[in-house]
Order: sequence, then C-alpha cells, then structure tokens
Amino acid sequence: MTESEPTLRLEGIVKTFPGVRALDGVSFEVRAGEVHALLGENGAGKSTLMKVLAGMYQPDAGQIVVSGRPVVMRNPIEAKHNGVILIHQELSLAEEMSVAENIFLGELPRRRWGFVDWKSLHERVATILDKLNCDFGPRTRIDTLSIAKKQMVEIARALTHQARIVVFDEPTASLTDQEKVVLFDIIRDLQRDGVGIVYISHRMEEIFTISNRISVLRDGTHRGTLETAETDEDEVTRLMIGRSLSYERNREAPDVGDVALAVEGLSCGRLFDDIGFELRAGEVLGFYGLVGAGRTELAETLFGLRRPTAGRIVLGGSEARIDSSVEAIRQGISLVPESRKEQGLVLSMNCRDNMTLPQIDDLTAGPFVSNGGEIAIYDMYRDQLDIKAPSWRQLVQFLSGGNQQKIVIGKWLAMKPRVLIVDEPTRGIDVGSKAEIHNLLRELARSGYAVMVISSEMPEVLHVSDRIIAMYQGRITRQFTAAEVNEDNLVQAISGIGPGSGGKARPIGAQAA
Amino acid sequence: MAQVLSTPTAPRLSGAFRWLLRHPIWGFVAVVFIFFSFATAHFFDVQNLQNVLVQTSTIGLIALGMTLVMINGNIDLSVGATLALAASLTVDIMGWPVFADWGNWQLLPAVLAGLAAGVAIGALNGIIVWKTGVDAFIVTLGAMLGVRGLVFVYTEEQSFYAMNFAYSDFGASSIGPLPTLAVIFIVCAIAIHLLLSQTVHGRNTYAVGGNREAAVNAGIRVGPHMVVNFMIVGFFAALAGITLSTQMGASTPNLGRDYELWVITAVVLGGTKLTGGAGNIIGTLGGVLAIGILRNGMNLMQVPAFYVLVILGTILIAVLFLDKQLNRKGEEELRL
Repeated sequence: MTESEPTLRLEGIVKTFPGVRALDGVSFEVRAGEVHALLGENGAGKSTLMKVLAGMYQPDAGQIVVSGRPVVMRNPIEAKHNGVILIHQELSLAEEMSVAENIFLGELPRRRWGFVDWKSLHERVATILDKLNCDFGPRTRIDTLSIAKKQMVEIARALTHQARIVVFDEPTASLTDQEKVVLFDIIRDLQRDGVGIVYISHRMEEIFTISNRISVLRDGTHRGTLETAETDEDEVTRLMIGRSLSYERNREAPDVGDVALAVEGLSCGRLFDDIGFELRAGEVLGFYGLVGAGRTELAETLFGLRRPTAGRIVLGGSEARIDSSVEAIRQGISLVPESRKEQGLVLSMNCRDNMTLPQIDDLTAGPFVSNGGEIAIYDMYRDQLDIKAPSWRQLVQFLSGGNQQKIVIGKWLAMKPRVLIVDEPTRGIDVGSKAEIHNLLRELARSGYAVMVISSEMPEVLHVSDRIIAMYQGRITRQFTAAEVNEDNLVQAISGIGPGSGGKARPIGAQAA
Repeated sequence: MAQVLSTPTAPRLSGAFRWLLRHPIWGFVAVVFIFFSFATAHFFDVQNLQNVLVQTSTIGLIALGMTLVMINGNIDLSVGATLALAASLTVDIMGWPVFADWGNWQLLPAVLAGLAAGVAIGALNGIIVWKTGVDAFIVTLGAMLGVRGLVFVYTEEQSFYAMNFAYSDFGASSIGPLPTLAVIFIVCAIAIHLLLSQTVHGRNTYAVGGNREAAVNAGIRVGPHMVVNFMIVGFFAALAGITLSTQMGASTPNLGRDYELWVITAVVLGGTKLTGGAGNIIGTLGGVLAIGILRNGMNLMQVPAFYVLVILGTILIAVLFLDKQLNRKGEEELRL
C-alpha cells in the first residue's frame, strides 16, 4: 500500500490517565500530501491523540515516526521543530497582545540582547496574513477581532514553520463560508507542498469534500481507516458509534397552546439586532447558527443577564421588564446554560443541593433549610428525569455528562417555568444519553412547556424542533417550520447566503471588528 | 525617552485623549499636581519636588518589579520584608571587621550581598510557586512572615547604623539638578519599560498572564519565566531597601512594613490587572507619582496622617471604578 515512507506514522500509542485508558494502542499513518480525516465521538480519544502529537502529553507506550525517523517530543516547541504543528480548536490566544505576537508566540524573532525584532516579525506576519486574505494587520490587537478572525490567526500559525504535518482540530467551527473557502485553499496549498494534514471535524460533508482517507477512533482504539472515495457517511458513522444512527426528523404535529413568549425588535448593542419571534406553549423552537451568531447572547438577554438596547419582551400576553436573573426566574423563564460545568452546576456540591439551588430561600423550616423538602424535590425529579446517581449525596462532578445535564434541567423544572431555554443541550454528552435528552425535551413540550433549544448540531435541531429560527451575525435570516426545512436551506440561512425571507443579513459583527 | 515622562498635554488632542484613556491615572496625577501647586505655598518649590521624587523612588523601584510579577498573574507580598532584610544586611556587612581597611570599597560587598539576598528570596518564591503550584499570594504571604522573622533573628531586634558616612552621603547626593536616588529610579524605570515592551521576555510576560494555556501551548517555559520575574522584583525590593537606608544612614528591623500594600496600590492604580495579562510601566509610574504627590501634598497641608490613609483608600477605589467605567466593553456587557 505504501510506496514511500509516510510522513507520519503512529505505532501503538498508549496513554492512560488515572482510571481511564484514553488511547489504547492507536496506530495509523499519514502520507505526504494527503488530507487524513480523524473522526470519533467526544471522548473517543481524538484530543488526547492530538496532544500527544503536539508534545503536550507523553505517550506511555508506542512510537511516533516522522518521515521515517522516530521522534520524542517533550514539549510543543520540539514538536514544531519536528515539523508537527497543531491548530487548536479552543482559541489559544493572548487577548491583549497583537496578532503578530500571537502568531509567533513562544518564538518571537530576536535581535541582540533579547530585544524583539519587530521589523522582521511584522514583515513575516504581513506575508502570511496576505496569503490568508485577512483584512487585519499584524499590529491589530486580538481582543478587537471577531471569533472567526481569531480562528484565522490560529490558522496562520500553521504557516510560520516548514511544516511536515499540520493538525487542524475542528478548524471550521466558527468560520463563515467565505473563510472556509480560504481555509480549504490553504489546505490544498499545503498538500501541494507535500505536507501531511490531519483534519478533525464532525462535519461529514466537509470531510467528504476535502479528505483522501478517513480514520475512525472509538473508545481510545483505532477502528479502521477508509479510502474516502470508496466509503459513505453511513459506513463511517457505523464505525464511529458501533451502530447505524440516523436521526429521525421531527414529524409530530405539535399541540400548541397560547403564545408564552413574544419578542419584538429585540437588540443588544452589536451582539444581535432586531430579533422578533413567538414561542407557544407546547412547542420546541430551535435556534440554529454558527458560533457567534448571537444565539447565546439572546438567551442571556431573555434571562436578564444582559440589558437589551431596544425592543420588547412579552410574556404570557403582557410586556415584561427583565433586568436580572432573579426577575426572569420570578416571571417564569429558566435557562439551561451552554456550559454545564462552568455555568450550570456547582461541581463540588451534591445532586440535591444543586437541584434546589435557585429555591433554597423558600425551602425553610424555621431558621434552617428544610432537609426533607429538599430531598422530596430531588426524589421527584430523579424519578421523572430518570437521573442515575447512587444517592443525593453524590457530588455532581462524578456524574456522567448526561446525568449532570438532567440535574440542571431538573433544577429549572422545579422552578415551574413557563419558558425553558436550553442552550446546547447535548454538548459533551455521549450518543446514548443524547437521545434520552432529546426525548426529554420533546416530552417537556408535550406536557405544556414552551421550549427554546439553541444548538450548533444540525441533526439535533432537525430532530427536536417544531420550528427552526436561523441566525447569522446577530440577525434572524429565516424561520422554518419542520415541514419546509432541509439541510441545504438551513445551511444557507446560517451562512447569510441564499433566499432569506427575513431580509438581507447585515454583517454587524464584521463591521465592529 | 520622552514618552516615558511625557505629560498628557501632547500637541495632538485626539492622540492625547486616547493616550489618556489608556493611562487615566496620568489625568489624575495632573489634577492633584495642579491642585497642590495652588493649595499649598511650598508644593511647587524645586526643593519639594525633588523630595517627592526621592520619596517616590522607594515605592517606585519595587513597583517596577511588581508590575512584571502582576502582569504574569502573580503577586509578591514579601517585598517589604525583603527590603528590610537587604537593608539590614547591607548596613551590617559594611561594618564587618574583615572589611575594616577597605575604605569606601567596603560598601561594595555589602551592597552586593544585600542585592543578592533580594534576588535569592525572589528565586525561592518563584521556584516554590513553580514547583508546588501553590498560589503566589499564599507563597509570598508565607515569605512575608518568614523573612520578617529572619530579619528580627538576624538583627536581634536592633537597629544598625552605617559606620561609613559615604553611605549616607550617597543618599543625599545629587547628579545635576536631580537627586541621585531619583536618577537611579528613572534609569531603572526606562530599563524595565524597554524590557517589558521590547524584549522577548517582556512580551512573554504578557502572554503568560493573558492566557497561560496559550503560552504553554506555544512552548514558553512558564515556570522558569515566572521565576525570573520574581527574581527581578526581589532585586528591586533589595535595591529599594538599600536606597532607603542610605537616606537614613541606618536600618531598622521594622523597615518597609506595609510597603507591599503601597506598592500593589500604586501598580493597580497604574492600570495593571490583578488577573494578569495587562499593565505597563507608564501606568505604574503614574500610580507611584499619584501616591507620592498625594502624601506629600497632604502633608504640606497638614492633614493628619490617619486622614491621609482614609483619603488614599477612597481614592484607590474611586480611580478603579472610574477606570472600569471608561473601559467598559459597552452596554451589551454580560451583567453577573
């Protein structure tokens, strides 16, 4: 199969953490000039493998061979010098520094006595930015850039070295379509120069567009490598999760009630602009868009965490003023936030205390907290949501992602809200529990809650929503019913192209940056 | 280095205004400077302004090093104790019989020993923070108590007097119109400003404090990097101890009490973030001058010392509130 030595060969890489065998004998190879996609679910070991490649972790066993030469990479700089460059998924930038300084972070060019050689730094960065068609300069400060542009800065790091292997970890997560085109051009350029590319992404259509081969990881083991041309999405999915998974589209006709929440012309600075929609009791309204489209910020505004600069919020028929989360909860709005561990839970507290956190003021017996009252609430939602925890004393940090999310949802159900906002309900949750959470959301709507679901996963939005609102750069581009939506028109709507019934999208974010 | 010392009255107004937005403390310095010039008879005297510079230089020297450590996202509470240790060592060692016939050269080993002690304590702080991962606040809080204890052990609770009069003459000397101590401070300020803004080490200081993970990912050796900055602040604490003891011709074991608080106040007033990643020497200079001018001016106005503390505390909070208002992200900010 190999006529020449591959650029990168991994042989039986093992990496264990206390209690977890994150990588269990992973072997695969990347040839010069190929794009090798790496697929796997969350927790399959992709990021651990990448950190091993980038010199951030040391493998417990196995060997990394670059261009036929076994290498040991003790830190990221050594990895770079071996020609292995990792483009991070989470932005790894220092906000208060310039673009140029960030691109050459750790390796600023020097003159005598450790002084920075600004001239050569700025020249080199200007060349790279030109190649990437960036509209900002080397001296721009990072904190003035939009997320997509920050991502471009991250990508620019791939071009600073004579790279042999470039690893892209979910590079398109926050890019617009035009920027994607630029990125794919860059990747093809790198390919032509004989660089091996490892490309991690969840977006099947991208992987089938750009990759030559696909390797799949599951539970820390390598499940196989496929020639992209000879396979299809179904086969890849089966390898990935061990069974065929096709999300049903939501076909139920919702039994909707009155308008629970109406929003008119809601704006908040340059985060979002002129948002208007209605949400009825008994329906699930999906919000789909790219990272930075303003969906989370909209949810935070409805929950009183941001103050809108214009517009009205109408709750149950009368205009509401929500200027704090306390007020939002009182008026029947609950928010299951995007980041479960940072915003949703107090990880060091037990299940019961987390669940009763917002109403602890009312659960009193004399001057003390009523233990019995708290346990009663926990038991009720444990049964209703099927939370699997050994007891209420269990600290939530030891629960699985799915059960943690159920605790957060239970916490808000216990507050008897009219409107339940759920931001990225299944982020970081394994496939089995995902389905459970999806069913739960459907069920909540059926029992009369008005549910607003924000998600960046298209199958999820299509699966749970009765209607879908597409957002692009702070504006609603289009509203769909479950009947009229399909993957194509949805993708167009969130990229700000195609026939938008909600008017031409104005790139607010881009302007401000 | 005109830009280091330039006042906010630059010719181009918009540029000056933007500069002032970045360094609001200099606006405050200008206001109090003008206020005291009119409110007191002697504030604007050359003699008094020289005084302000000398008084400022002690806190100022330490603040230069503290700025680096705080941009790193650390803090050093042990600087006051380090100052006392260096002062005591220096003043004591110059009187050792070994150096009795060295003449004025006996100052050299004494000063070197004092500075070395400061650097060593800084290195120790830094290495403990690096190797144990314990927060710098805790580590240097321990060092603050421990080093102060060492000073009392070493001095047996006695004050030392400099036997060589060249030592105290140095503290009172001048270079041209400027007191020597002020010149030392200004030279050091320029050097640290260049270090921070123009060298690789300086730029890495921002990276480590701004996004530690990014710094690690980029292959910056964060641990050793932080140790260097702790050594720099230790050096400046020791240098401040020596300059302070030249002014008095003596050292006392209680020297430099509460100085860590004054230094941190000045650095924070100058716009350095407690969380790290942001700050600069121009701001720190403004912070140091603001405190120096206020203390001197109120002293001239005969405001009782305890009221001075009340006023300074109030001003600290007021200035930082103002800064937050000026630099808000905008009305769409998340309200938590």
